[in-house]
Amino acid sequence: MNHMPRLDTPRLNRRAFVIGSAALGSGLAVGLDLPAGGPTVARAADGSPEVDAWVVIRPDDTVVIRIARSEMGQGSLTGLAQLVAEELECDWSKVTTEYPTPGENVARKRVWGDFSTGGSRGIRASQDYVRKGGATARMMLIQAAANEWKVQPSECTAANSVITHTPSGRTTTFGKVAEAAAKLSPPTEVKLKDPKDWKLIGKGVKRLDTADKTTGKMIYSIDVKLPGMLNAAIKQCPVFGGTLKSYDQAKIANMKGVKKVVKVGDNAIAVVADTWWHAKTALDALPIVWDEGPNAKVSSASIAKWLDEGFDPSQPVYVGNENGDVKSALASAAKKVEAVYTYPYQNHATMEPLNATALYTPDKCEVWCGTQNGEAAFAAAVEVSGLPASKCDVYKQMLGGGFGRKGNTDYVRQAVAIAKEMPGTPIKLLWSREEDMQHGAYHPVTHCKLTAGFDANNNLTALHMRISGQSILFSLRPAALVNGKDPVTFQGLNASGEAAFGYSVPNLLIEHSMRNPPVPPGFWRGVNVNHNAIYVECFMDELAHAVNQDPLEFRRKLMANNPKHLAVLNAVAEKIGWGKPAPQGIYRGLAHFMGFGSYVAGAAEISVVDGNKIKIHRIVGATDPGFAVNPAQIDRQVAGSFVYGLSGLFYGGCTVKDGRIEQANFDTYNSMRIAEMPKVESVIMPSGSGTWGGVGEPTICVAAPAVLNAYFAATGKRIRSVPLRDQNITFA
Amino acid sequence: MANLTINGKTFNVDVEPDTPLLWVIRENVGLTGTKYGCGIAQCGACTVHIDGVAMRSCGVTVSDAVGKQITTIEGLAGNGALHKVQQAWIDNDVPQCGYCQSGMIMAVAALLKEKPKPTDQDINEAITNICRCGTFQQVREAIHAVANA
Ligand code: FES
Ligand code: FES
Repeated sequence: MNHMPRLDTPRLNRRAFVIGSAALGSGLAVGLDLPAGGPTVARAADGSPEVDAWVVIRPDDTVVIRIARSEMGQGSLTGLAQLVAEELECDWSKVTTEYPTPGENVARKRVWGDFSTGGSRGIRASQDYVRKGGATARMMLIQAAANEWKVQPSECTAANSVITHTPSGRTTTFGKVAEAAAKLSPPTEVKLKDPKDWKLIGKGVKRLDTADKTTGKMIYSIDVKLPGMLNAAIKQCPVFGGTLKSYDQAKIANMKGVKKVVKVGDNAIAVVADTWWHAKTALDALPIVWDEGPNAKVSSASIAKWLDEGFDPSQPVYVGNENGDVKSALASAAKKVEAVYTYPYQNHATMEPLNATALYTPDKCEVWCGTQNGEAAFAAAVEVSGLPASKCDVYKQMLGGGFGRKGNTDYVRQAVAIAKEMPGTPIKLLWSREEDMQHGAYHPVTHCKLTAGFDANNNLTALHMRISGQSILFSLRPAALVNGKDPVTFQGLNASGEAAFGYSVPNLLIEHSMRNPPVPPGFWRGVNVNHNAIYVECFMDELAHAVNQDPLEFRRKLMANNPKHLAVLNAVAEKIGWGKPAPQGIYRGLAHFMGFGSYVAGAAEISVVDGNKIKIHRIVGATDPGFAVNPAQIDRQVAGSFVYGLSGLFYGGCTVKDGRIEQANFDTYNSMRIAEMPKVESVIMPSGSGTWGGVGEPTICVAAPAVLNAYFAATGKRIRSVPLRDQNITFA
Repeated sequence: MANLTINGKTFNVDVEPDTPLLWVIRENVGLTGTKYGCGIAQCGACTVHIDGVAMRSCGVTVSDAVGKQITTIEGLAGNGALHKVQQAWIDNDVPQCGYCQSGMIMAVAALLKEKPKPTDQDINEAITNICRCGTFQQVREAIHAVANA
């Protein structure tokens, strides 16, 4: 097999440089054999041959599977390895993983494809080519064995890392033939297994990355140590859009450990010191004057007022989904129901605050960071360092949570910018929790006005949904706007596709009045399904009650054309015991939705004390992701997504005052604890046909509406805004 | 200068007396298993044992830790064998991102020392660590698994 020749002396230096920190950087192809006239073989750091880009096999039969996407807790590192191993037919107990670097990906013409890890895309968007990577390697290993035995490869099979020549019963192992296999040309035709023959895909095997997470040995980027490294603390203008005016560095010049004060971009200042604690202490003492800019008067109230103006019919809108004629259907409706809902800003609050370590010299720029998008971090390093791509690289570390925040590169850019001021010295930039809370990429703020019309027989004839609020793409990916419209706004509301609306209403209009306040938005676990599901599913509950119908039956009548949506709803209804009497004092609520290619539903059982203390006893969560690679990890994603979503519902909400975010730490932006954790029962029901759906995000959106609908059942009070703490409602 | 006893070893560190123990452990001693999450004793990521009691090390100054026995996640396993809580975490596949888990494990180890068979209520009262990944269901199951072993 002919790999692109590349000799990488600087990398060898780097390896020596970080010696003793094996988890840093990656142990990838450090060299190639370049025998005169013979085939070239790419080799891993320890000299083991690469069979193909995805699979390295060591002489002791250890299988190293390359993972391009990032692991941040969601478990796709393990799931992706399962996909490769299924086709490879290797011994699962001998599997280990490693990350290729974005620089290597560029140098090898993106042989590992897309590194970005968001939109619940880690598995579904790479399942096909990583399985082919496993199958290709298996075929090459078998071919190598067949060549050695001088038999036909069709007479050989592979299982558990052992290759058997069936007629003679001869066997060999992957480790023994890997060297020869690596020299072969890859097959041109690769056939994947029929899903019914899967042995490892679909099995709830344990994660591959657990042991070091229990002993403190796992290296997150906050733990990176490099010789001579200094630490940086940073402050950005608290007001969005403001800039740094002046600072008096003489005041801190003599403070212990301080090495340098660095202006970062036009809106931030960093102190570099021997330890981060010294850097932070000095930064807190540094007199800083900000130019607060044009947004210094922006508040939650001013944003809310502007969003409500988006409901005015005179305001322009983008249409996301439309059928029939809503206007005339509403005009002739026998009964109308109208409601306005709101959803606030939310901070990601990843457990590990943002940080990155950069080392810049005029010849090389290297970055160690947790990132959901290695290639974007790489591009940031190239851009900020001003060096050519061939002189930059990014070494991805385990992420202490991502949830969408770490797909952005602001912290990477800052680390490189600071390192550039101190060539040759590695700089670790760490944001304080306060900085992290107040300079997020926030879940966007939206309001929604819903109007429904019924005919004289209480049939729903019209639904008009007008969302007014912020677009994520407008701010983060303007190139993805379609004639100005942000299609992602309509997640779960589309006529068809991977985030389709589950109801058939004869006259339907769903539209968006785009309004972009100066608070930067971002992709927050679940993205736009968080609020869209509350708007639709709580309003559907209102409509059912408005015509005195059972909320489940009311929905079912509208879902006949969407059997997969209906199937997950039915599943949670059955499991929660819908229609059967609930225990004394227990009330139930339902919700369903679709996003990221997966159909999801939730059903909650709650009790309420004193009208404002909610105990969630159980939540059932169902998901049909098409294919379920690892049900045990999916089960954990369902429960974990509920914790994240319910934390946002009860405790979340970032408010704006004087142009800045008010919440600064977990004392004001709280997160659920174990005492508040309901029993989560997941129903994983892959339909096994159609497309592959995501897992990390989709279920998040059904927890909040299921609980809010149960709260209505318990109290008769309809809640239409988040968070509940603003309404003096909390966990019991 | 302060003399600290961490995981049975003595460390002489040159830091200001009001430096939070968390940062001394991470930066001066170099044990990075103890994590920074909030710095204001809210999240529990920095939990260590001080004289056997679970404490949030971001809220303890180094001067208050002098003369005490400090145990970090790196020192929890004894004689090469994992602590039973660590083993239960592996057996029950508890961690997701894992960042909160050093603190979670330290908090649970202290609880189990005091109450070898905790009720759900005991767990609710003693374990108040934040886990943004939401591993609470597995944490609870793993605690009961240790207690019932
Ligand atoms: S870092 Fe100490 S409790 Fe959060
Ligand atoms: S496992 Fe990620 S924060 Fe707890």
